Amino acid sequence: MPLFARLYNFAHWLTQDRAAAEDLVQETYMKALRGFSSFRQGTNFRAWIYKILRNTFLTTEAGLKATNMTSLDGDDEAAEPASAETPESSLLARLNQETIQNALEQLPVKFREIILLCDLEDMSYREIGETLGIPMGTVMSRLSRARKAMRELLVAKPQGASR
Amino acid sequence: MTCDFSRTRLDAYVDSACPDEELASVEAHLRACPTCAADALARIQMKRMTQAAAARYKPSPEFRLRMEKSIQGNRRSRWAFLRIPEIAMLAVALLLLVIGATLWVRHAAREQALAELVDLHVATLASANPVDVVSTDRHTVKPWFQGKLPFTFNLPELQNSPFKLIGGRLAYFEHSPAAQLLFQIRNHELSVFVLQDRPGMIPAGMGIASEREMAFNVETWSAGDLRYVVVGDASPADVHALGDLMRSAK
Repeated sequence: MPLFARLYNFAHWLTQDRAAAEDLVQETYMKALRGFSSFRQGTNFRAWIYKILRNTFLTTEAGLKATNMTSLDGDDEAAEPASAETPESSLLARLNQETIQNALEQLPVKFREIILLCDLEDMSYREIGETLGIPMGTVMSRLSRARKAMRELLVAKPQGASR
Repeated sequence: MTCDFSRTRLDAYVDSACPDEELASVEAHLRACPTCAADALARIQMKRMTQAAAARYKPSPEFRLRMEKSIQGNRRSRWAFLRIPEIAMLAVALLLLVIGATLWVRHAAREQALAELVDLHVATLASANPVDVVSTDRHTVKPWFQGKLPFTFNLPELQNSPFKLIGGRLAYFEHSPAAQLLFQIRNHELSVFVLQDRPGMIPAGMGIASEREMAFNVETWSAGDLRYVVVGDASPADVHALGDLMRSAK
């Protein structure tokens, strides 16, 4: 099962629930197997299967709830403006894994997923665009805004709120 | 200290997604701007920390096992679907095998039938009394078979032909009576067997077929319900010529 552990991790981040993540991964693989003939050789398998997982998630109750809470289009085209904020080195010094995880949990799904795809999965912007079905410019702007939102969460709870 | 350098471009740089044509200018800016350099470094660190923190959830061994079973089951069912062409191919292969076997059996049966007739011809020639009715006259030979065969046949007029009728005998082929007519051309003697055609004995409807069987030339054809087989050590042309004569008989 290619990417199984990674897909599960991603699914758990999206659903925030173990059982729901398992269901999501299982459904993703079933859909991938059923639709493997639609996978075109030479295209990005990783983006293809992540896209299946993500689209499957969006059809779940949790996914629908997440999309209703935040517009997926929003003002994505507006790139993060030049910032006058303080460099993050002082912030970073106060961070630990738990605070970052807590911040990720609190992020809207559309920000969480793009940060995960970029920072954790190390996808290129093009792959992210394929996975999320958005143009490259939107990837850049959404990612920038997602990171800004995450920084704001971290600044708001620098001590790392326990779960 | 602030800088109006685009944070989005800085992110692209940190994510190694900076277009080649922009890379030099971004790096030049970072060398010149301590604020952006510090910010870029912080973003790189943040990215690394996020990477470490986000690798948080691991599938349980039970779930992995369950998935593997599920995938295998699905694969099996999918294989069943995907194997339809394979099944079709197998069916075609089996069909071809059956056809091949049938053809081989028919060919073998045909070979055997012809070989038996050749044997009969050879045995006739080796016999002290090769024919039961000795006559060069077709009007004598043909009537001789009356009452001995469950069918009748015509003999050709041999005048102006190189063939000479020697006579005829009653032969038995596959437990059925058959007419064996003996002809001569130069020093060669040929047999013409006339027998009831039966499916499988010698494939019906095959038209005129010439073969070489144990160094003998053989020509066979069917007409109506009768099977004609010419056997002899004469040339194929002679065998064919006798066949033509027989076919023209009225």
